[in-house]
Amino acid sequence: MLTQPAVLLSVLLFAIGSLGVVIRRNAIIMFLCIELQLNAVNLAFVALSRHVGIEGQVFVFFVMTVAAAEAAVGLAIIISVFRHFETVNVDKFNLLKW
Amino acid sequence: MTEVLFVLFGVIAVGSAVGVVMSRSPVGSLLFMVATLASVAGIYVLFEAHFLAAVQVMVYAGAIMVLFLFVIMLLNLGHAYQADVKFGLWTLLSLAVTGLMAGILLNRFWDGGRSGLVGDSAAAAIDASIREKGAVGAIADPLFTDYVVAFELTGLLLLVAIVAAVVLAKPRT
Repeated sequence: MLTQPAVLLSVLLFAIGSLGVVIRRNAIIMFLCIELQLNAVNLAFVALSRHVGIEGQVFVFFVMTVAAAEAAVGLAIIISVFRHFETVNVDKFNLLKW
Repeated sequence: MTEVLFVLFGVIAVGSAVGVVMSRSPVGSLLFMVATLASVAGIYVLFEAHFLAAVQVMVYAGAIMVLFLFVIMLLNLGHAYQADVKFGLWTLLSLAVTGLMAGILLNRFWDGGRSGLVGDSAAAAIDASIREKGAVGAIADPLFTDYVVAFELTGLLLLVAIVAAVVLAKPRT
């Protein structure tokens, strides 16, 4: 019954997240916005699990695990980049080597 | 009642998501993100996904956000208030592109409730499973039978992520 509004909310959150990735230059905020996008997809999964079956919720579980792994590796990369460039502004570094 | 709660949580989620993008301080963005995650967890409860709501609050709003906060504090970025938002043509372009993307997604998924997504076709089976096995058991049962290989691979992925994080964040000697 609430599926269509939930999908609408999910699309809104995904669009806001991708907007944040594009317009912010702070690497940590960009990363946070990617988490927001993952969360929007999770919301769509949970809403559609009422129609497709419990598998939707199992997939949300996997997405959360991958998000946790991604956060750990991504933040380690940000720390490594900050140690070298003394900034997390993505306009200030453009070489994928250090 | 459910609709009222859904609208309440949805407004908080979207408002806080805008706050994440617009907040000047990284810590402010992070706190807005926690509000978004908490209200999405509330929406999970409305969809009878109690276990996922609990995991969302504990793992996402708890552990992952604390990890972000820890990195912000470690790098001493908590008071870096210089604006890092690109304004002008770039913002207009990004708004146009993300608006277009949202429009395409809505055009695909939002049909005013005319599609087969009106009736909750699998809801009865899920509710029966939750009554029979409990909120955790209803997810654990497919997770440890049909998706056990994916589950084990997820454990491997977490191990690789731990090793990668340690190697990447370690100071070069």
